[in-house]
Amino acid sequence: MENIEEEKLLDMYKKMVRIRKFEEKVEELHIKGILPGLKHLYIGEEAVAVGVISCLRKDDYIGSTHRGHGHLIAKGGDVKLMMAELYGKKTGYCKGKGGSMHIADINIGILGANGIVAANIPIVGGAALSSKMRKKDQVAVSFFGDGGANEGIFHEGLNLASVWKLPAIFVCENNFYAISTPQEKVTSVESIAKRASSYNIPGYSVDGTDVLEVYRVAKEAVARARKGEGPSLIECKTYRFKGHYVGEGQRELSYRSRDEVKRYWEEKCPIKKFKNYLIKENIFTQSFLEDIEKEVDKEIDEAVKFAEESPYPLPEEALEDLFFEGVK
Amino acid sequence: MREITFGEAACEAISEEMEKDERIFYMGEDVGRFGGSYGTTKGLFEKFGEERIKDTPMSEAAIVGFALGAAITGMRPIAEIMFCDLLCLAMDQIVNQVAKVRYMFGGKVKVPLVIRVPFGGLRRAAAQHSQHLEAWFLHTPGLKIVTPSTPYDVKGLLKSAIRDDNPVIFFEHILLFQKKGYVPEKEYTIPIGKADVKKEGKDITLISYSLMLQRCLSVAQNLEKEGIDVEVIDLRSLFPLDMETIINSVKKTGKVVICHQACLRGGVGAEIAAQIQEKAFDFLDAPIKRIAAKDVPVPFSPVLEDFVVPTEKRIEEEIKKMLY
Repeated sequence: MENIEEEKLLDMYKKMVRIRKFEEKVEELHIKGILPGLKHLYIGEEAVAVGVISCLRKDDYIGSTHRGHGHLIAKGGDVKLMMAELYGKKTGYCKGKGGSMHIADINIGILGANGIVAANIPIVGGAALSSKMRKKDQVAVSFFGDGGANEGIFHEGLNLASVWKLPAIFVCENNFYAISTPQEKVTSVESIAKRASSYNIPGYSVDGTDVLEVYRVAKEAVARARKGEGPSLIECKTYRFKGHYVGEGQRELSYRSRDEVKRYWEEKCPIKKFKNYLIKENIFTQSFLEDIEKEVDKEIDEAVKFAEESPYPLPEEALEDLFFEGVK
Repeated sequence: MREITFGEAACEAISEEMEKDERIFYMGEDVGRFGGSYGTTKGLFEKFGEERIKDTPMSEAAIVGFALGAAITGMRPIAEIMFCDLLCLAMDQIVNQVAKVRYMFGGKVKVPLVIRVPFGGLRRAAAQHSQHLEAWFLHTPGLKIVTPSTPYDVKGLLKSAIRDDNPVIFFEHILLFQKKGYVPEKEYTIPIGKADVKKEGKDITLISYSLMLQRCLSVAQNLEKEGIDVEVIDLRSLFPLDMETIINSVKKTGKVVICHQACLRGGVGAEIAAQIQEKAFDFLDAPIKRIAAKDVPVPFSPVLEDFVVPTEKRIEEEIKKMLY
């Protein structure tokens, strides 16, 4: 394993914890009936977003999914503005017009969460095309799930990105279930990474609960893209510790057992694994990491406070922001 | 007075804009050396090269999606979809993404994107190569829809579409590409959202766009010989829809016929008729008449297609019925 600077490791740990705690708070607030709408939690998948995005620069691009909070936080999204958006407040990232599935921050390369499965693939491809045409070395990363790998646009997007040798990285977060449908029932290959050969690009399959493994492989793919050598496909095998959406409840038992979920929590929790590693290798002490966790708790509480105290938009604001320089 | 074809005028608009702004590029199927299936890009590949005139795979969703990604990251793409019918293959990207990103993101992104779409029946191309699906996009907030009918208009409107910071779907009728008309050599643009009164009249208002506008104009000229004074309004764009020009005309004539090549049910004509009765009911002397294609898929046989699509004869008869 190459040496990763302490500062970087700390940043990665903090981001993973920030994602976890943000999502736990979202779950709590949703169950209490405070947050409206749909929420898809990233709990259990933190190592994918953080492992990949830790290889990126601020001006690189990402395209996210309906399960997007983790990607946004990893790319530097502001949890205050995110939380306010989930509350439907005027101070949120999208002034309350987007909600959980549509948060974007173009200034830091977040091209948006996306409510349509796999739909960010061509958009990220276009950002990579734009980078190449503008003669920049920005790369663009598309996140999607094992379900997304069965959408037609996956084929169109990877083929075109390959043909045009674009600086794009396609990251499949394989959590083994497309909502309730197990991967093996609906997918022609056991490993999504195999599909890379159809597009004549490198394909990797990694343990998506091991942030350092994800980081190592993503770094290779990012370097390749930045050098102008074209796209890669990375499959990160991961696990969704919570239901498909908050409130799935007992329906979850129709497709997976409590034991299965428990086993993953015990053996594969990406944060627990990373924390153990950092302590065992004497990089950070347990108490230091716990201080970090408390710091993050405070951040999340502040985000909630900010959201709670923020005003709602005026109803008539629903009519704004459709066109640039407003069409009457 | 220089006369060039509709197709040449459109290419000229693209070429002039591309010379001025290197962020503009063009992508689509067979648009490079081949010059576009209908000559939509004739000469552009030779002038700008393959970096800026890009041949794509047959991947319509990717064409629109890649163009969108480029548009929100500093480029100004023109994405061509070879036929209106093929928009169906890109509907998620157009309806769920292109039309909505600016709004969903709270107005924090601009989408300078033109989706250029040749359309049009009457080419004996049958049900999957003849459709006029523009009403679908009128029903999708977030898109501008432009439908020019003359060489002069296509050049001025396409330039405005390319300069617009919002997504524009630009429909050009395939049967208009060879039509010649006056196009000045001097620089000009036409604002999107302004209808054009192609012929003034006081007896009846005839509203149309694209190829059918030409048929309407021809009918109006014939009727003039019989002493019937038809006002012909070319919508030029379906959104923004210039209701002001329409209402002013209705106030003058009191009678309205709306004509389009898309089928009748749920068509653009229904929207216009509804708005007229909301805004100018008291000025109407007769029920509004819609003349449109019949509500069937476009059939192949010339005998059948000519029955389905509005003919000059049918337009003329309907106008006379309203006046007598």
